[in-house]
Amino acid sequence: MKVRYTLSRSLVIDRSWPFFLDLTVAMGLLAGFYAVLQIARYWLSGPVPEVVISQSPRMLPLYAFYSVVRIGVAYLLSLLFAVGYGYVAAYHRRVETLMIATLDILQSIPVLSFLPGVMLAMMSLIPSRQLGIEFGAILLIFTGQVWNMAFSFYTSLKSIPRELHEACTINRFSRWQRFWQLELPYSTIGLVWNSMVSVAGGWFFLMVCEMFPVGNRNFRLPGLGSYLQTAASTGNSLAMIYGLSTMIAIIVLTDQLIWRPIIDWSDKFKFENVEAAERVTSPVLAALRQSNVLGILHQRTFAPFSEYIYHLISRRQQRHEAEDKVEKSKMSSTVIAVIFAVLIAGLICFAAFKAILLLRHIPGSDFGNLLAGAGATFFRVNVSLLFAAAWTIPAGVAIGFNPKLARIAQPLAQIAASFPATALFPVILLALMKLGAGLGIGSIVLMMLGTQWYILFNVIAGAMAIPSDLREVARLFHFTSMQRWTTVILPGIFPFLITGLVTASGGAWNASIIAEYFHLKDQTLHTLGLGAQISAASDSGNFPVLLLATIIMALMVVTINRLVWRPLYKLAETKYRLEG
Amino acid sequence: MTEAIIRAQQVEKFYAQPSENRIQVIAPTDLSIAPGEIVALLGPSGSGKSTLLRMLSGLSKPSGGKVFWHEKPIDTVQIHVSIVFQSFALFPWLTVLENVEAPLKAKGIEAEERRARSLKILDTVGLDGFAAAYPKELSGGMRQRVGFARALVVEPEVLFMDEPFSALDVLTAENLRSELLELWQKKTIPTQAIFIVTHNIEEAVLLADRIIVLGRNPGHVRTDFKVGLPQPRDRKSAAFTKLVDYIYTVLTRPDVTPDVPRLHTDGRHVRDQRQMRYEMLPHARPGGIAGLLEIIIDFSGHTDVYRLADELAFEIDDLLPIVDAAQLLGFLMVEEGDVSITPAGREYAESEILKQKELFRAAATEHVLLLRQINRALNNKTDHTVPEEFFLDMLDEQFSEEETQRQLETAINWGRYAELFDFDAARRRFILPETEETAASIQESSES
Repeated sequence: MKVRYTLSRSLVIDRSWPFFLDLTVAMGLLAGFYAVLQIARYWLSGPVPEVVISQSPRMLPLYAFYSVVRIGVAYLLSLLFAVGYGYVAAYHRRVETLMIATLDILQSIPVLSFLPGVMLAMMSLIPSRQLGIEFGAILLIFTGQVWNMAFSFYTSLKSIPRELHEACTINRFSRWQRFWQLELPYSTIGLVWNSMVSVAGGWFFLMVCEMFPVGNRNFRLPGLGSYLQTAASTGNSLAMIYGLSTMIAIIVLTDQLIWRPIIDWSDKFKFENVEAAERVTSPVLAALRQSNVLGILHQRTFAPFSEYIYHLISRRQQRHEAEDKVEKSKMSSTVIAVIFAVLIAGLICFAAFKAILLLRHIPGSDFGNLLAGAGATFFRVNVSLLFAAAWTIPAGVAIGFNPKLARIAQPLAQIAASFPATALFPVILLALMKLGAGLGIGSIVLMMLGTQWYILFNVIAGAMAIPSDLREVARLFHFTSMQRWTTVILPGIFPFLITGLVTASGGAWNASIIAEYFHLKDQTLHTLGLGAQISAASDSGNFPVLLLATIIMALMVVTINRLVWRPLYKLAETKYRLEG
Repeated sequence: MTEAIIRAQQVEKFYAQPSENRIQVIAPTDLSIAPGEIVALLGPSGSGKSTLLRMLSGLSKPSGGKVFWHEKPIDTVQIHVSIVFQSFALFPWLTVLENVEAPLKAKGIEAEERRARSLKILDTVGLDGFAAAYPKELSGGMRQRVGFARALVVEPEVLFMDEPFSALDVLTAENLRSELLELWQKKTIPTQAIFIVTHNIEEAVLLADRIIVLGRNPGHVRTDFKVGLPQPRDRKSAAFTKLVDYIYTVLTRPDVTPDVPRLHTDGRHVRDQRQMRYEMLPHARPGGIAGLLEIIIDFSGHTDVYRLADELAFEIDDLLPIVDAAQLLGFLMVEEGDVSITPAGREYAESEILKQKELFRAAATEHVLLLRQINRALNNKTDHTVPEEFFLDMLDEQFSEEETQRQLETAINWGRYAELFDFDAARRRFILPETEETAASIQESSES
């Protein structure tokens, strides 16, 4: 009996090259160890706020490594935070609505506005180590990628079927077991897809926050972003090509070595029992599954550890049940919670009051300027959305309807989407300026570059979700192509299109900060817009204007979400739902 | 009466509304589950069947009233219950074995013991060899078996089932139901009581010792009665249909409360073995019956007995026992010398051998009292053997000594064919064909 069980499926597979595989895994572990050591030495060194960025391609691997570590650390922080935040929001009804509203607003706040503040704060927090500046950059990337993950985890938790929860309750699963066997697996797929979006967003911000001026100081961190910026500002096109190639290499490697294996692996967490037409397969995952080293590592470390935890928890639970429930502790914990809540509320009120005091000194003319800028940026964001939708809808529908095309186009589009638009900004700006276009038009192109993918992916998903019998009906009755689009395709993709547009709109507002104001070859290009005003204020250290502009932008995004997107969303969910 | 395992006292459920009035889901209700009984809860949708189940199992707190577990408030003691869910509620990312192990893991049981207990219960529910599969790879029926295994592995005192068969197709449901009954009757599982919520009246009458029917707006008990029919139950018996009709009336006519049919005093409706006569078993071999049916199908299912004998060059006296046997089993209809095949007979004749045995088994236990009795006696005895004399004595009262012997011979013949039992000719004893199972498991363990 026992023997048969231990022959689990992965081991039954014929193992080719087991020694080679194990060696690879072992080398990977060693390399990881060395990398940690290297990073620790660099981070704990004294602070060098204005690192000289070399343009030699030989420095690129090291720069790329530093950037990857920043992204990785920020991502791990995001994951932890997202899971914690989502968990608390889902299970504490008292704070749930507040937490979700907060999430909504935080998602709309332009992250880049906080760049100078965060950097200065971190510098003064850890003044004697490089860690301070590094941590500032990481924190910014973190704030750029955490919200959608938190939201995804929260919605997953909320949509767990009731009977699964009951199965856990009736069998008295501990929180620990429920988390590992129900909650985390159930939300894995959502988390994975959002992680991909988040990491792509992380690269977008990393390109900017590795090198930026605040007032009279110029912060620089050694990394791929600063390398590209230096290359652009000195007009060194060879270095730019090196940098961009490195970026592409990183994106492709991340896709092959991390995302594909993870997507392949996460397939087992699909809750629906629908057969997937085609699933992502990964040779890397297959190799890892066959590795001896990992199997033994799991058996020797993780498995006994988890046994130990389960044992501990059940013993504690039994003891808990033996004692009668003590009401007193519950009382005191609520008192503590109330005191805590009051304290936090007081702190928030105080800080908000102080912030508003800052705004007193802004002259009326500045205020008018900001409003005009907001109008200009609003116009630009919507034009960029319109253009993006104009090409992505036909392209997305074509890809979605044609499985063969999808097989080729989707991975390519995914890589293209992961490529940070900010890395391409200088190249595209140079090209546009040669054509004689100013930043006014250029910024629209730049916004589009960053946000069109959200629409494309959603349209593809929407087109794939249209049931084939609906399309067959259209063919059967010889619908004209106009009729096909208005009665089948557009209503069919509508919910997906809205999701894509909401995300793209938020992204475009955020991108405006970079797109409307750019350092290129020793000159600063800028055009009228709220984004440019935020950037300029942060460059010159004009904090009151920075704060006001940020508030205006956040307000606009939130208002547009409430007034435009949410009603459309509701319409999509009620009228245009495709499930029976 | 024995002490109830679970007793609900004036439990009710309502949802408070912002306005003064509240939505009453279940009116104050008394209810108890006693050891040794299968209780079925029937009711129209919206009568709060599932809500009541959740309150009784301690999953949900009643808005008013109290639930007691062995006479102690249910939220103060450790209770031993499990639930089988309509949607199975399995974790798709865990293998069958991991799914079954999960409740034991929650109890902090060591890995070795966990695995042994889970494999044993998987064996019991017929999932031997599926331990490493994922639920996705299994059919609906198999998934629900995993659901049963997970519920039973913790050895619950009370097993709750929330419409466990309604997501399955008719045949699979039927199959699982009878297997569950078998586990219950043979005491393979240490479960003391079963509480099943269903909307299927026949299912309730087939399984339950006690049936509770709920009415709605708000949910309340319409009727609560004991089912006096012995197991196994016959859907076609008059008593069975009478009960089904009665429940149907209660469910569809909320305005009237008919009386519970009095099955016990009315001998015609209850299969009381002592009052029933043995039918005379025609001395035909099962193979002959199948052959006859095939020939009749060739006559397009309808012919005359004499023509048939003529055609086959059979003496009419040799043919008649076979015809009688087929008629007794419900495979043929005979009217004034004309025979016509029934749908059941056609199905039997056209099935492959294993299926044929199965159909024969069903027909034989349904129509032949002697076979039913032998089977029941074997199942009820702990050692699963019964001496021949036991039945000889009973047959003696009705048949001559010679005929008694021949009756028993035919019964043995049929029972062996149907794999209802085996007969140890040396010791003159009937035995249950359990040996087959052990042989299979020996073979399996030697393979691994």
